Amino acid sequence: MSNHKIELTINGRQYSGDVEARTSLADFLRDDAGFTGVHLGCEHGVCGACTITVDGRAVRSCLMLAVQANGATVVTAEGLAAEDGTLHPVQQVMMEEHALQCGFCTPGVVMTLASLTGEGKQCSQAQIEGAMSGHICRCTGYQGIRRSAARLAYDAMGDSAQQGGDA
Amino acid sequence: MTNMNAPEEKSAGILTGKYIGQRVHRKEDPRLLTGHGQFVDDVSVPGQLHVAFTRSPVARASIVSISSDYAREVPGVHAIYTQQDLADFNVDMISFFLASPDVKTTPLADGRVAYVGEPVVMVIADSRAIAEDAASLVEVEYAEETPLITIDDARHGAPVHPGREDNIAAQMGEEEIDEDLEALLQAAPHLVTHKVVHQRISQSPMETRGVLADPEGPKELTLYITCQSPHMVERWTSLALGKPDMAIRVIAKDVGGGFGLKNHPWKEEVAVILAALKFRRPLKWIEDRYENLIGANQAREQEMTLQVALDNDGKLLASHGDYSCNNGAFPQLSECNIAVHMFVWGAYKMPAYGFLTRGWYTNTVGYAAYRGPWAMESLVRETALDVAARRLGIDPIEIRRKNLVTLSEQPTESCMQIPLEDVTPAECLEKLLGYFDVDAFRREQAEAREQGRYLGLGIAAYIEPTGSAGAIATMTGELAQVRIEPTGKVTATMSTHSQGHGTQTTMAQIFADRLGVSYEDVSVFEGDSSRGGFSPGAAGSRQGVIAGGAAILAADKLAEKVRTLAAHLLQVEAAAIAIDAGQISVAGNPDKSISLGELANIAYGEPDRLPPGMESGLEAQHRYQPPPMTFASAANACVVEVDRDTGFVKIQRWISSEDCGTPLNPAVVEGQVSGGLAQAIGMVLLEEVGFDERGNPTAATYKDYMMPAISDIPTFEFVHANTPSQSVGGMRGVGEGGAIIGAPTLVNAIADALAPFGEVEVNLPLTPAKLLSVMEGRDLTPPKVVAPVAVEPVAPAPVAEPVPAADATPAGPVVIDGDWKMILSTPMGPQEMQGHFETSGDNLSGYLSSPEGQMEFTGSVVNGNNLVFDLKVTKPMKITLKYNLLIDGDKISGKCKMGIFGSAKLTGERL
Ligand code: FES
Repeated sequence: MSNHKIELTINGRQYSGDVEARTSLADFLRDDAGFTGVHLGCEHGVCGACTITVDGRAVRSCLMLAVQANGATVVTAEGLAAEDGTLHPVQQVMMEEHALQCGFCTPGVVMTLASLTGEGKQCSQAQIEGAMSGHICRCTGYQGIRRSAARLAYDAMGDSAQQGGDA
Repeated sequence: MTNMNAPEEKSAGILTGKYIGQRVHRKEDPRLLTGHGQFVDDVSVPGQLHVAFTRSPVARASIVSISSDYAREVPGVHAIYTQQDLADFNVDMISFFLASPDVKTTPLADGRVAYVGEPVVMVIADSRAIAEDAASLVEVEYAEETPLITIDDARHGAPVHPGREDNIAAQMGEEEIDEDLEALLQAAPHLVTHKVVHQRISQSPMETRGVLADPEGPKELTLYITCQSPHMVERWTSLALGKPDMAIRVIAKDVGGGFGLKNHPWKEEVAVILAALKFRRPLKWIEDRYENLIGANQAREQEMTLQVALDNDGKLLASHGDYSCNNGAFPQLSECNIAVHMFVWGAYKMPAYGFLTRGWYTNTVGYAAYRGPWAMESLVRETALDVAARRLGIDPIEIRRKNLVTLSEQPTESCMQIPLEDVTPAECLEKLLGYFDVDAFRREQAEAREQGRYLGLGIAAYIEPTGSAGAIATMTGELAQVRIEPTGKVTATMSTHSQGHGTQTTMAQIFADRLGVSYEDVSVFEGDSSRGGFSPGAAGSRQGVIAGGAAILAADKLAEKVRTLAAHLLQVEAAAIAIDAGQISVAGNPDKSISLGELANIAYGEPDRLPPGMESGLEAQHRYQPPPMTFASAANACVVEVDRDTGFVKIQRWISSEDCGTPLNPAVVEGQVSGGLAQAIGMVLLEEVGFDERGNPTAATYKDYMMPAISDIPTFEFVHANTPSQSVGGMRGVGEGGAIIGAPTLVNAIADALAPFGEVEVNLPLTPAKLLSVMEGRDLTPPKVVAPVAVEPVAPAPVAEPVPAADATPAGPVVIDGDWKMILSTPMGPQEMQGHFETSGDNLSGYLSSPEGQMEFTGSVVNGNNLVFDLKVTKPMKITLKYNLLIDGDKISGKCKMGIFGSAKLTGERL
């Protein structure tokens, strides 16, 4: 098994690692870098729990190899809240809308929503909900996730929508 | 809420407060949303190694040989174990009810395999990847046999477990329909015979199973395990391993869903625990999804035929139910699901009911619970009622109105003698109909049909037993321990456990209201068996009801102490004391006040200032024992459109009208109901664990096992129809209801939509191909996959027709007198007991003794080798047990008739 040196930015800090070629990015983030908020629900790209952003785009970290992330900028659910603990707008909306129960699917949902909303992003409610069909949640019946998607969309109605739109 | 916390014995009404009844944000969310939850795989301890299993690729075989030579050579492998290596531990794989299994169940396969995915060998290595590499190099040779996969296979095939007579895992009720009942059924103006086939379901919590077993010397063991109650796992492990002298601590802070799968450890988790004790290193095993879909115990796979007799107005006259359930090879409980029959007509005026209920062993992975394990009762009843309504030309709403027990008709008793005092499905239905305009829908439906579009409305009603405690050893009360810290903050330790239930939130709401502090100042801890008291955690929709009551009563005790102490220090009457937002004030005397923190400092640090005899500190605890059972009720409606061209079902609306008593947090209540409804939609439309004829699972990934996504689930509308229960606080359980009522609601809507084409067979899931077949009038479902057989399997000898025991003539003279060891197969699992018999002529006397005590029997006769006697018991309810036993040499066997529970088999031998 060949080993490879990688360097990448995770949640704003520099990390380097020595990984086997076969190590998935998810395993590297969890086991080597210590970001256990990256959850493995299926390891075959269906459930979405391991979603992170790589260079700003939502990616299933179970389907990407760690070596492929060499030089990349990675953000996980641990990296979204402000340093003073203030939740990211996506996290705040999800808390207000009771969009989680056990919280296992949650970090992935947070990352997809964060990648689609916020500054300069123009996703409609329908587009966000479409993206959400790539996440399996066994607990909530998606009710709070749907309400969150509605509030975070650019075409959201009412004041609360701005919380997401301004991020 | 200001401090209104005089202790109360019974609920006065629906509780509300500053926090109780409000959609308060959850305490759990900040850590979970930021990726800081602590799930089992997030825990690591120094020196831990990893485990992977070699699993059986065949469903039924004897193991010819196992070779680990290549596997052992893989660098990083530490040990490789088979069942032989673990045999010294002699584990008793007990059920949730702590009963020993009916069939020998071992952590790893013991000479034979009985399902695809059964763990055979375990590898311990530096990393999971290395362990998997090595596990794939283990060579196992199998002598394959023809497996039994379906319930029908089990009825006719050679016993899955060698040495057993047949494949019946559990049976109750009467094999022949009682003559009187048969007469009622046959004489009725209408007899509807309705069959439901429910597919097998994977509970599929998003966090798979997993355990980190950390032995700390020979006498201490810490388990990090994803589970439904650390206390239950601790109790189970101690008993199963037979290690009463070992200090076992079980920790599970966050759990990614349980749904019945994680009640207690099973084969893999036990193998890891034993291997850790043997190898004396911490071992971690985290199930992957492939293992979860093939190797974790599964649920449902049942069929039931319900006969329903009605008069011309649709009034119920009599009914009979015949139920079967696939138990797999090693069920967590040999199950025939007696609760299905207990509750099938629970809320309906049904004059007569009889049943036969059976569980079957097959060569598939074992049976375990899934949210509302008895849900078949609602599915079969509510869908049968709609079939009957269509046949009689009655409105489905009217048939329910005519037969549901209303509040004004209570107290009463169901046909299975369940006392009904405050169930409200009829009232929930009326509230639902006040919200949803049925007439408008029928007009829309008629117009749509003219355009070739098929809309349907489904309605269903039910009751659900929740918060049960007291009748079964493991279903206990709940404990709340609460203290006001010297900082003025409140800390509570609970026996509850959340797998998403949000008990840290709901319990904190209670403490904040009852103690007069802010919600932010309350911290609730759970998830560690070394703290708090025993409870089975999330099982049977119980935590809100029972732990809620415990929290109220513990808080009230503490508030009483606060008032007494404050009154003493401020020199006023206790009745004048009020606590709000952590501040104690005196009515009519604004000068006198003290903060809770100041008071607590005195209570802990200045004992001299306390009233004489008062214990120092501000702490209280209460274990609440609720009424034996609390019923939740609901009526649901949904509207669907079935696409004429594709057979796809689009759910347009869904309304839930639910009586959950006091909703501690409506957002949490709706979350529980919504999650259950989504699972029900998955059951009706999408999910299916399938097997080919060789027992190979056909859904081993989430590409094949179709989990409901957001696009499959509508927005649920809620009508709260709450009435207070009789337990403290007035709560009713909501954990399982959605998963129970959702399925019949949706099936009824689909059947209503397709009514112009004929009846829809209830054979779940109702895939587009099946629905298209109904509309096209021809079978369009894909042909079943037939697996190629590599090696011609050995056909096991067919079962010999069992010789009826009654005809057996004893070989020598019959010796009855003496002591006998006997096992009765009851719905709670096998019950061991000892019998003492003495004869004199035709008279028999003696007693039966079990851990619960000794009971003499009366009314006894001996006739040759046949013993007949009665025993009256009062637990779990008053019934007379009628024994009819035969003695053959040193063996005893026969039946015990247990009133409404039907009859159970008894076997035993002379001591
Ligand atoms: S919150 Fe449990 S899986 Fe989504």
